Amino acid sequence: MLKKIFSKSYFYGGLGVFLVFSAAPFYIMLITMFKRSHDLFGPTNNPFWLNEAPTLEHLDLLFNQTLFPRFLLNTFLVGLAVVVITVLLAVPAAISLARLAGRWGESVGIGIFLTYLIPPTLLFIPLSRVVSFLGLQNSLWSLVLVYPTFTVPFCTWLLMSFFKSIPKDIEEQALVDGCSRIGAMARVLLPLSVPGIITVVVFSFTLVAHEYIYALSFIQDSANKTIGIGMTTELVRGDVFYWGALMGGALIASIPVAVLYTIFLDRIISGMTMSDVRR
Amino acid sequence: MANVQLAGIKKHFEGVKAVDGIDLEIADGEFLVLLGPSGSGKTTLMRLVAGLEKPTGGHIVIDGAVVNDLPPRDRGIAMVFQSYALYPHKTVFGNISFPLTVEGMPREDIKKKVAWAAGLLGIGHLLDRMPAHVSGGERQRVAIARALVRRPKVLLMDEPLSNLDAKVRHTAREELKLFQREINVTTIYVTHDQAEAMGLGDRIAVMHEGTIRQIGTPDSIYNDPANMFVAGFVGIPPMNFMEQDGMIVGFRPEALLPAEALPDKDCMRLRLLVERVEDLGSHRLVYGTIGKDKVIANHSLRLNLPEGEEHEFAVCSQEVRRFDPKTGVRVRP
Repeated sequence: MLKKIFSKSYFYGGLGVFLVFSAAPFYIMLITMFKRSHDLFGPTNNPFWLNEAPTLEHLDLLFNQTLFPRFLLNTFLVGLAVVVITVLLAVPAAISLARLAGRWGESVGIGIFLTYLIPPTLLFIPLSRVVSFLGLQNSLWSLVLVYPTFTVPFCTWLLMSFFKSIPKDIEEQALVDGCSRIGAMARVLLPLSVPGIITVVVFSFTLVAHEYIYALSFIQDSANKTIGIGMTTELVRGDVFYWGALMGGALIASIPVAVLYTIFLDRIISGMTMSDVRR
Repeated sequence: MANVQLAGIKKHFEGVKAVDGIDLEIADGEFLVLLGPSGSGKTTLMRLVAGLEKPTGGHIVIDGAVVNDLPPRDRGIAMVFQSYALYPHKTVFGNISFPLTVEGMPREDIKKKVAWAAGLLGIGHLLDRMPAHVSGGERQRVAIARALVRRPKVLLMDEPLSNLDAKVRHTAREELKLFQREINVTTIYVTHDQAEAMGLGDRIAVMHEGTIRQIGTPDSIYNDPANMFVAGFVGIPPMNFMEQDGMIVGFRPEALLPAEALPDKDCMRLRLLVERVEDLGSHRLVYGTIGKDKVIANHSLRLNLPEGEEHEFAVCSQEVRRFDPKTGVRVRP
């Protein structure tokens, strides 16, 4: 009995630690969003509670004096375009690397992954030449062009191991059952890889949403900024941080992603562990 | 229904001769078993017939037409994989109906055909389940129903029983044979299990290193082996071999009996040093040596054979097979 209580308390204790760890940032963002600046900067005030009456001044600053909704929209549009491009390129690439290229598949796959390891801090200089050569400076299209350079290799790699986990037998069975190669792909392989593709969608969207370097170097106009640079360039003026508005913006921007992850959590986990098909 | 002819079939993988020149003719409605150890090329041969591999050389003829360049879907074949390869995202009904759906058959006809196949295999009550929620034996039936639903010309089966429990396997074998007779489909069946091969096959082709070492009825494979490989591979425990007068002499464990069992027949008497006796209930295995050759005897006499002592055993002359020591080929008198 005592043992049971002990093991239960370990379980809930551990759960509590993780809960605090993952919920605390959201709580701080939420509370800071409504804090008066005087309250926020008072060193004697309890940082975890509203010591003065809440205010909407930060949200007013965020929505009425910056282009925050525009930043959100830009991020969403770029994210959408990049996700579509990534899926269209990474799925066929991953299938062919996993199935058709034989021994070459492995090394080419590793080669593709290596390109992901070159940091954007190095790449943005040559890429800015490319962007200006194409006349895309200061346009969202520059990001749509550049972001797939890191989403495609990463997602190809992820999907490749996913496709490898789908038994070859099942595809060959489809061939015997009357499908062409393309038919087998569409009727059997793709339905089985939905968890993998969802994982790729969510991952590449998140990668795009928090990308900073490229957006900062290619975009100057406020109206074209994405959330990551929009917030940090418009709400940090010199050495003045508009904490309330920053936190509010961060919270609002992170909620859709959190919801997205929660909805697809099971699918994402089975996508990463490939537990769905292997039996 | 169709016959299958293979002429000079070869398949080389980067220098490895997986299938090395096979000629084979399978009659309409015949149940042919490809038997061999792993790596003997039996599965590759089946995949060649299915069209999942392209032959390096030779011709595959199904129902009078050369199918070398046809994709699997145009060969009129169906296949049951060792893993059953059920589509995990489709129900049992969706699995069985898949070949018909791909063909674009009207929905009503599909229902009828699926009902027929499911009835044949006794899985009508499972149609709404997902493959993950049916047992191993039922999965195998689903796979067979899916293979049969299109009424293939040739049915290919790659070790379909090897994933089943030993107990279920016996009944499954029996049923497999029964419905194969019932629908009379030309069948090629790959296995490394000789009990399956002997029990199911109208004929057995014993394969080794990409070639067929002998092809014939189960009886002729067992009792009239063409070479030492077949003699040693078929039979549990394997055939005993001894050197005698510059020849290899072989006899089955069940032919090597204590002399008491063969009182006054035309027999070869041998002194066997008993090393160990295994009592398996219905019969006893005696492990020992004759001269310097290790042998196994299989008898069902209630006899006390003390370990470490010699006992007189005998083999009747008609049970002895002789082989050439260099080539391993059978030497017939």
